[in-house]
Amino acid sequence: MDFILNLWVELGAWAQGVLAGWGLPEWAVNLVSDIVGVLILLIIGVMAVLIFTPMERKVIARMQDRPGPNRVWPYGLLQALADAIKMLTKEDVTPRNADRALHMLAPLIVAIPALLVYAVLPWGPNVIGKDLNVGILFIVAIGAIHVLSVIIAGWGSNNKFALLGAFRVVNQLLAYEIPMILCILAVVIFAGTMSTQGIVEAQTVPYFVVMPVAGLIFLVCALAEANRSPVDLIEADSEVVAGYMVEYSGMKFAMFFIAEYVNMFAVSIVISTLFLGGYKFFGLEDLAPVLTPFIVFAKAVFVVFCMLWFRATFPRLRFDHLIGFAWKFLVPLSLVNLLLGALIVKLTDSVWGQAGLMLAANIILVGITILILSRVARDLRDAPALKTIAAVER
Amino acid sequence: MNMSQVVFVILSAIALIGAVGVVANRNLFRSALFLVLSFVGVAGMYILLEAEFLAMVQLLVYVGAISILIIFAIMLSRRMMAADERALNEQWLIGLLVAAGLFIILVFVLLQVGGSWPVAEAEVMEDSISQLGQALVNPDYYLLVFEVASVLLLVALVGAVIVARER
Repeated sequence: MDFILNLWVELGAWAQGVLAGWGLPEWAVNLVSDIVGVLILLIIGVMAVLIFTPMERKVIARMQDRPGPNRVWPYGLLQALADAIKMLTKEDVTPRNADRALHMLAPLIVAIPALLVYAVLPWGPNVIGKDLNVGILFIVAIGAIHVLSVIIAGWGSNNKFALLGAFRVVNQLLAYEIPMILCILAVVIFAGTMSTQGIVEAQTVPYFVVMPVAGLIFLVCALAEANRSPVDLIEADSEVVAGYMVEYSGMKFAMFFIAEYVNMFAVSIVISTLFLGGYKFFGLEDLAPVLTPFIVFAKAVFVVFCMLWFRATFPRLRFDHLIGFAWKFLVPLSLVNLLLGALIVKLTDSVWGQAGLMLAANIILVGITILILSRVARDLRDAPALKTIAAVER
Repeated sequence: MNMSQVVFVILSAIALIGAVGVVANRNLFRSALFLVLSFVGVAGMYILLEAEFLAMVQLLVYVGAISILIIFAIMLSRRMMAADERALNEQWLIGLLVAAGLFIILVFVLLQVGGSWPVAEAEVMEDSISQLGQALVNPDYYLLVFEVASVLLLVALVGAVIVARER
């Protein structure tokens, strides 16, 4: 029975035993098991595209009261496959005056950071690619490559819309990275570790309940980082067409497309790890460790569903509002949240005491924020019209 | 050669190719990208030395912030696809002298050390991140330095805002 319950760890040990039984030396056993592990993680990452494109279309279609794709059998669920075949057969165009090497390089490296993140995401106790002691910092640092690939794509296309789009992306990603890191810091202070598995283990109460402010800010930032609507101003047909990928077609475009979905899934697992208790689910992980990957998956799918929900229901922001929102609202709020967190961890040692105090502090914080916002809004409303326009423009 | 030596050679090659690419390339944008390659090689070396935190900070700060800043400056200030910049400016002679001097000093040091490199016996610290954190806020260690650096950065930030603000 123990074997079934600990299936994932036992399976790994069994596979290594079989390899050693073939008379392979130890380093070869480790090498083979590492390669197999990497392949499994990569396949999970790329499978996300096949799962989430139909899900996105169907869910949003449902919310907008229309059927969505329904021609490709069954229920249009194989639409992603049809799209992939279509992409593969499209002509691959490189603009004549583009920087050929860089134009080629961008789609090659765009999916790398999203896939690397899977290396440190925990799927269960000890079911993890590599439990780095700087795991969560690794996730943030790897994101830098994504920004870089976008800039390369924008520059390499030799197209002013692509370049402007790339500027936008960098502007947006850098702006939203700061509140994101501040929220992660609050989590790290509470968990006392940067290892992703350690953070999950430290969550007797999911951190979304302990500090909803940090959780919501992180969710908004994650939307911006994954370039999801309503904060997806990187693609704006009336302003910069398709942004940095305007000159890409065929399989190169498909790489950007794949990267977006891999990124979305990775970000969802990060959210479920940091704020929703990762592989923990009311003690189920102790009863049946075999279920832990499915718990993580279910939580991640829930987060993806929320992202689609936002896309279907919220209007898009204007770009300067988007940046202003990050710098003037999210950064101060997450800073205050971080300070409160640091203070409360110093005040008491008991886990439940910390959780309760932080929740109370968060509720008060939300109240004060709403109060201040209503004041500002009232002042704007009462001010003469010209002044209001000037204030908004500023 | 054992495994870590092989990895070291590969990482050094990456860092050196990147560094040569920075100075040898006539396209400024590509130079900046080679600089990123060099930074990544150095980050790999930190991992080899079991300093994961430093490696991640290297990636975050140098690749994620400084390189992006350099690339931004290039993109905003140059013609979009200006392929050929002059690789030399008026200061090439001074630069040559400094580089040559540094090279001579390094060769001299290498010759003096000869074949016997002292290797530290100490174990890598368990939980080095929390020790680093403690050291940065402990008055007996680096609290003052840390605070001075923070204030300096804050002043730079405020200064930048004042310079950039419209009158």
